[in-house]
Amino acid sequence: MSGLEIHDAFLDRARQALGKEFLKQAVRRTTDRLRDGRTVAVAEAPEFEAWRDALSEARRRAIGRLDAVLRAWVERARAHGVQVHFAADAREACEIVVDIARSKGARLAAKGKSMLSEEIELNQALEAACVEALETDLGEWIIQLAGERPSHIILPVVHKPRGEIRELFERHGGEPLSDETRVLAGYARDRLRAEFLRADLGVTGCNMAIAETGSIALFSNEGNGRMVSTLPRTHVALMGVERIVETQADFAHLVRLLPRSATGQRVTTYVNVLSGPARPGELDGPEELHVVVVDAGRTAQLAERDYREALACVRCGACLNACPVYSAVGGHAYGTVYPGPIGAVIEPLYARDDARRAELADASSLCGACHEACPVRIPLHDMLVRLRQDNARRGRGGAMSSALQRIAARAMAVPFVYDAAGRIARRAARLAAGGGELGRWALGSTPGVRELLRRRALPNMPRRSFRELWDELERER
Amino acid sequence: MADRTDPERPRRRVALLATCLVDQLAPEVGVAVVRVLRRQGVEVEFPRAQTCCGQAAWNGGYSDEARALAERTIELFEPYEAVVVPSGSCAGMLHHGYAELFRDDAAWLARARGLAGKTFEFSQYLVGVLGVVDLGARREGKCAYHPSCHARRVLGLRDEPELLLAEVEGLELVPLARAEDCCGFGGSFCAKLTELSDAIVAAKVDHLARSGADTLVSTDAGCLLNIQGACRHRGLPIEALHIAQVLEARAEGVP
Repeated sequence: MSGLEIHDAFLDRARQALGKEFLKQAVRRTTDRLRDGRTVAVAEAPEFEAWRDALSEARRRAIGRLDAVLRAWVERARAHGVQVHFAADAREACEIVVDIARSKGARLAAKGKSMLSEEIELNQALEAACVEALETDLGEWIIQLAGERPSHIILPVVHKPRGEIRELFERHGGEPLSDETRVLAGYARDRLRAEFLRADLGVTGCNMAIAETGSIALFSNEGNGRMVSTLPRTHVALMGVERIVETQADFAHLVRLLPRSATGQRVTTYVNVLSGPARPGELDGPEELHVVVVDAGRTAQLAERDYREALACVRCGACLNACPVYSAVGGHAYGTVYPGPIGAVIEPLYARDDARRAELADASSLCGACHEACPVRIPLHDMLVRLRQDNARRGRGGAMSSALQRIAARAMAVPFVYDAAGRIARRAARLAAGGGELGRWALGSTPGVRELLRRRALPNMPRRSFRELWDELERER
Repeated sequence: MADRTDPERPRRRVALLATCLVDQLAPEVGVAVVRVLRRQGVEVEFPRAQTCCGQAAWNGGYSDEARALAERTIELFEPYEAVVVPSGSCAGMLHHGYAELFRDDAAWLARARGLAGKTFEFSQYLVGVLGVVDLGARREGKCAYHPSCHARRVLGLRDEPELLLAEVEGLELVPLARAEDCCGFGGSFCAKLTELSDAIVAAKVDHLARSGADTLVSTDAGCLLNIQGACRHRGLPIEALHIAQVLEARAEGVP
């Protein structure tokens, strides 16, 4: 139990994470490396801020007229032979993909990395329909073998020690391996290569759709994204309904900013812009390209003035790396598909009545580092404050804590109450600090104070407040 | 030049918004602010009815309570020619938080903007308004500077504190790794999610210990109380001081 809350599931999970020395160090080391990479990438591009302005504007422009932009994209995509499907929620999205798999008699779906697929739990739906779902992104494959969830939106296994990965692979292959990256990556490459050729369905996400050309774009570093979108006869791409820009020029800003914000790379190893299945006579590419456009709580945000801008997110993960809370505990503490500041904002928005997600609004010191790192300048810290207001209005977050904070705020508005309360509190703390066992007991049993003093010495409590010193200070003149 | 008591210059008058943290827990910061400003020929007033700007309530999600505090703060301070705040966080609340809070009330929004336009964080006022960096201060030792998150990211404070510290005689400004990282205070955050706050401040203190500094300086009492408490708990002999306290200590021969 924390100082001011009755119960706090996030804090419980955060505590577990803080108890894992490897996880703590690995997450911090990785987020430090990624944000240092970003810092270098920003420093070497004098146009960086101008690109951010341009991408911010482009994303907001597309969101501002999402209906028309989507319509234009659908029309062109269909003209290229893309089969476009719309899914209102996770269940519909899974059904559409399962139906496609069934109609093709597919037995193996090879998957590129997609957070939307995690969100709608597509693997479970495919497996239930007797279609094997195989993650081919190295990190995602490790997660799949371990039966876990990604703990970072671009680096899913940041929390996992190398030794555990080796053990997973050894169990999978039945042969001894070493901890070397070359050996582990080599093993994955050997095993996955054969599967790409065997897969009859390729499933990917969609980093961004481009209305002007009717295309979808995929950014990847391992090449598996290109394999699964070209080798299997059918390619299904999952696209969040908000992931669209109007023009190729808008898209160019994403090409510059997404890798720089995510990892500090100037460009990802692969940028695939796909505008339809293989045309007659073309040797490469799938026979069919399906795009499943998924809403799942997104368009509801269009009407929410406080949170609408969150739809501009490009899922780069920069806010995770910048966040002191994420860096301290990693992604699993959030208990959601999307962790970090963006997760704390969008997860409650995707399911407004889920109190478990709503409490994530408190998982922030409101330091603003997320907003500072965001390539599309989403004011995540302001949104977290608005979400806290929603929680307060709905009476979430513990009756005791709410009452205490409200009473404190009301007392602040009455100078003599404020004054008296301050005097009493300081005197009590001074007495307690100087009062031996009894004093320590008194401090140790005050909620909030007790927890704070475990890792902090009590400050010296001034005898008099500033306002009590003021008259003397006036005489100094 | 330490003093600016040139009779030719029109006297500047400011109201001090002491902030509830300084008033109740760090009054010596308020005293230092007043003394430094007076030495610069600035007349300081202290509107007695002030309490809290409403930031704690606002950040907690209690907008009605925050609004009541914001309204009385505006009413109390808008008659003055300028307002000086020894906190980037509270100054940031007046600039950005009030604009958010009153966004649907044109009349109050205009008043909030009016007040924000003449509200300055202490070091911002010295460097940006008075145009001074050398205050004739003296302090021996090595000092690291922690830029408070709200001062830097919400208020938009730049290198004003470092410019001021660079001129302090005897003081060596040492680099602090990842200085711009949050210290884990976060107002109610440290009381609600204390273990997380512990982990975050531990990282700050690690960097601080490696910096070789004997003094940590910041513009915000919240960060300072948090970092000082964590340093003392670990037995590190590092003193956390508000920038006004460093600037208050005068060099020999300076009146």
